[in-house]
Amino acid sequence: MKVEQISIFIENKSGRLAEVTGVLGENSINIRALSLADTSDFGILRLIVDDSEKALKVLREQQFTVSITHVIGVAVSDSPGGLTTILQILDKNNVNVEYMYAFVERSGDNAVIIFRFDDIDEAISALSKNGVKILPSKRITTI
Amino acid sequence: MIWNDDFETLPREALESLQLKRLQQTVEKVYAAVPFYQKSFDNCGIKPADIKSLNDLQKLPFTLKQDMRDSYPYGLFAVPLEQIVRIHASSGTTGKPTVVGYSRRDIDNWTELMARSFAAAGTDRGDIIHNAYGYGLFTGGLGAHYGAERVGASVIPMSGGNTKKQLMIMQDFGSTVLTCTPSYSLYLAEVAAEEGIDIRKLKLKVGILGAEPWSEKMRQEIEAKLNIKAIDIYGLSEILGPGVGIECIEAQNGLHIWEDHFIPEIINPETGEVLPDGEKGELVITTITKEGIPLIRYRTRDITRLIKEPCICGRTHARIERLSGRSDDMLIIRGVNVFPSQIESVLFNIEGVEPHYQLIVERDGNLDTLEVQVEVNEQTFSDEIKILQGLSNKIKKDIKDLLGVTCKVRLVEPKTITRSEGKAKRVIDNRQKES
Repeated sequence: MKVEQISIFIENKSGRLAEVTGVLGENSINIRALSLADTSDFGILRLIVDDSEKALKVLREQQFTVSITHVIGVAVSDSPGGLTTILQILDKNNVNVEYMYAFVERSGDNAVIIFRFDDIDEAISALSKNGVKILPSKRITTI
Repeated sequence: MIWNDDFETLPREALESLQLKRLQQTVEKVYAAVPFYQKSFDNCGIKPADIKSLNDLQKLPFTLKQDMRDSYPYGLFAVPLEQIVRIHASSGTTGKPTVVGYSRRDIDNWTELMARSFAAAGTDRGDIIHNAYGYGLFTGGLGAHYGAERVGASVIPMSGGNTKKQLMIMQDFGSTVLTCTPSYSLYLAEVAAEEGIDIRKLKLKVGILGAEPWSEKMRQEIEAKLNIKAIDIYGLSEILGPGVGIECIEAQNGLHIWEDHFIPEIINPETGEVLPDGEKGELVITTITKEGIPLIRYRTRDITRLIKEPCICGRTHARIERLSGRSDDMLIIRGVNVFPSQIESVLFNIEGVEPHYQLIVERDGNLDTLEVQVEVNEQTFSDEIKILQGLSNKIKKDIKDLLGVTCKVRLVEPKTITRSEGKAKRVIDNRQKES
């Protein structure tokens, strides 16, 4: 159920992002979703890829600072208020969202949103109990 | 082990009377042979015969690095060039190099003092000494080399650079002792890790590290990463080169200065006054056996204090505390004195932070700005911005708490701060020098 997300430390220097995507491309690793958080000095690139183990290996070889975090992918009804329902469930169960970002592609009629929680197990249990569809990891990396 | 029992454990009284005798000889010699000293003694109204006790040393004028530059290259030599068998020059980190000449006896004494130093660090003839100090004009390489040979150890004259080859030789030759700068020892550990070599499992047991100031925390880091005892050695080319003083492996607490060859004093760097024993100030050294270029009250710019209490190793020679900085390295940021070593100690105290840092100083209008660049590694990295910002805020706050200086902290990618194979370049000062 948990999806492996790769995070990469990137200094604010021109061309740095292209170097990351270049390394992945050369190794035939496909990026499924991404988000870039930035400050004035550095950024953190977060990626869901089709082969995270390989991505981790090749990025480390190229001296990038990387880490693996567990996130989940949730199917959200693609209609007004769809996201609110989910956030309310989390709120009631005292689970904090550290950050989230949306997949570009859809899964059937639903939008897909990636969530990073302070307590992932609590989040999974709260969402499942309330009938929210959490996408299997395989499903996410092959969307 | 004590190399020269007779001299290293000489009772204080005998040591001091030997110092006085040698000081008097040196003062007479420089007054007669070096016009610079004749003039500077005359200016102070001092004659060699006025030096009747060790306390009279205070009456003599200082010798500054600038005096050596002004007499470039041979002006301070006290013997004719025919008697000089070796010429070295300082690494010139702070300007034009200063030139030093050695007579045959100077080389012999230097070798003796380096042999004492190797023995104090627990090294003997069974050791394989991997000498990664630079060979050349810099005194480190040859100084350590001669001393290691006198001890009877097998010396590998590696010199600096070519780190992968250094590691190969270290593995294949079974080096047991490493001599290099402290920052280079950490760099060796880092490259070893990249190459998949477990440097902790090699035969190395001792590192004799010097030529740049380093902190106690850095020692702990080196000892843990290389699985060795890290021994601090002190020297400066103007006085001798490496081997002016060293820590004994028994105590690892303060560096014994070989007092039968040098007289150390601690002064207030601003007033020039000699400070009472135990107070911190600038180290001043007078050489009392050198022939080529004897120096009277040379201001080293190194900040330390003298420890005269007896040491558990049995040596009677006074110790200096681990250097807290070189006053030349001292930065003045908005009126506050900042030593790079202080920033280093802040970084070492934060879990997971690597000792690779650089200080960038700029002037924005009339205001000095200090930027501290620190490398992020997998231990400190997080996918959450707030954790990384927390790290940089913590560094900023700790520096502010310790030094009273506000700085900007910039987290940079690993291995982007240039690794040095000699002395680490910690400071980039882009302020325009006012001349």
